[in-house]
Amino acid sequence: MFATLIKIRLHLQRNFCFLLQPYQIMTSVNLEAIFQSKIDDEVKIEPKDWMPDAYRKTLIRQISQHAHSEIVGMLPEGNWITRAPSLRRKLILLAKVQDEAGHGLYLYSAAETLGADRDELVQQLLTGKAKYSSIFNYPTLNWADIGAIGWLVDGAAITNQVMLTRTSYGPYARAMVRICKEESFHQRQGYELMMAMSFGSPEQKAMAQDALNRWWWPALMMFGPHDSESTHSDQASKWKIKRKSNDELRQNFVDVTVPQAEYLGLTVPDPDLRWNEERGHYDFGKINWDEFWNVVKGNGPCNRQRIQARTKAYEDGAWVREAAMAHAEKKEQRKLQPEAAVKAA
Amino acid sequence: MIKYLLQLADNALILGHRLGEWCGHAPEMELDIALTNVALDLTGQARSLYQRVAELEGLGKDEDDYAYLRDAWEFRNALLVEQPNGDFAHTLVRQFIFDAYNYHLHHALTQSKDEWLAGFAAKSLKEITYHLRFSSEWMLRLGDGTEVSHAKLQAAIDNLWTYAGELTTPNEIEKELASHGICPDLSQLKTAIEAKMAEVLAAANVTAPVGAWMQSGGKDGSHSEHLGFILAEMQFLQRAYPGLEW
Ligand SMILES: [Fe+2]
Ligand SMILES: [Fe+2]
Repeated sequence: MFATLIKIRLHLQRNFCFLLQPYQIMTSVNLEAIFQSKIDDEVKIEPKDWMPDAYRKTLIRQISQHAHSEIVGMLPEGNWITRAPSLRRKLILLAKVQDEAGHGLYLYSAAETLGADRDELVQQLLTGKAKYSSIFNYPTLNWADIGAIGWLVDGAAITNQVMLTRTSYGPYARAMVRICKEESFHQRQGYELMMAMSFGSPEQKAMAQDALNRWWWPALMMFGPHDSESTHSDQASKWKIKRKSNDELRQNFVDVTVPQAEYLGLTVPDPDLRWNEERGHYDFGKINWDEFWNVVKGNGPCNRQRIQARTKAYEDGAWVREAAMAHAEKKEQRKLQPEAAVKAA
Repeated sequence: MIKYLLQLADNALILGHRLGEWCGHAPEMELDIALTNVALDLTGQARSLYQRVAELEGLGKDEDDYAYLRDAWEFRNALLVEQPNGDFAHTLVRQFIFDAYNYHLHHALTQSKDEWLAGFAAKSLKEITYHLRFSSEWMLRLGDGTEVSHAKLQAAIDNLWTYAGELTTPNEIEKELASHGICPDLSQLKTAIEAKMAEVLAAANVTAPVGAWMQSGGKDGSHSEHLGFILAEMQFLQRAYPGLEW
């Protein structure tokens, strides 16, 4: 009943806005006020709705960065597909990396609903104009890294993305609902791999610990700079693009993940990590922001390799994409002019 | 029978492995997803077949023992599937030749007197039908697309055709099993397979080399130099840390 009422209310609001929009005399102030009131009332913004330019730009930037991260993120894990140690693990890993490609696709489509062009966005990635999640500039050095990525990197991504399922832009929020389901599956599979390793032989446990040592801090950095340093936060939260701050999300992640590491019998590489009874949260040590900014600037262990791999795939694939397009056009023409095609043949 | 199942399994495993090498590097994202789909299907099929072999042998082995603990000469896959990915045209031609064969093979295997194999074939046929449609469509795209794609497609056919013959030439095991109605008579299947290939090649406006020499040996364990490297990579962890659960 309550849900129905809300639906009716949303319906009325949408129609109301629809009626208002054609009036050209409306000042941008009014449009902006309507826009903000929709956001305040938790009405999703849809592609055809009026929106401030800055909102559109912010979203295109964020969604495309997210899409790039999914695509670049295929590389570190793809690195182990041919070395997966059992058929079961190989299938899980193939399916996981494939899911990430799917996420990239939905997200590029969501960005396209805002008027962006996928090919242009990809160009921005390849030329370094657009960023992607820095975590993927770290290498995968042993098999447990595949578990650690699922557990920590997908885990951190979910913390962020669960919030984004309620983001104000409709297509982005809906893409996130679908993506989140898959990410949480990845997270469980990653943790299950970590369990097999942590409870396995001493060598396997050593691999698991080594992986945790290398991925822990970069995973914490995934939430971005401290709130006090973050440039985009204020406007993004007013527009309900981002509904929780970087530090809140990071704290959530630490609180959930530390007990999981304890269960595995692994040591989180942070001497300052301890439960704070008063706060009801874990306290944790200082993040090395110099490292973070250095990797963002392009000096991570694999920045160059990741972009080179994407560029190679893009350039080597150009003739294939051109062929597919040329074929589609010819086919269309043959359909339109069957006689000409016959004569030409 | 076991050797025959291993032949089927090894074909699927090794081709799936090669396709997995594309993951994250394909010419476009849709293609990345599609190639990975085929890799997933084939690896899944290999898994069922190895499980069946383990069951029949009754030696307490599991699926991974066959994939990860045999050396190259014990692998019975055809030479075609272990050939390197090359450019996308080579991957595609390798896939198309294999799919045309594999489709007709599994179609016939649904009539196998071995009940398990008939059931397996029926299940896999759905996947393989999709693989053949996918590779046939791309043969057309590349053949019809641009001058460049047409030339690359023709070059790949010229390079890989020498491995097509092995698929349709029965070895002793296949002859023996065919006489018991467990697998089809390849010499009969050959007509249908070649007809499908000819149809798609003609539509793509490319030609198969006439009278090409056909390499063989893979099905009996005599491989090209590539297989050893595939196994070195694939089996690394199982060999370096024997006997563990992963
Ligand atoms: Fe993802
Ligand atoms: Fe994921």
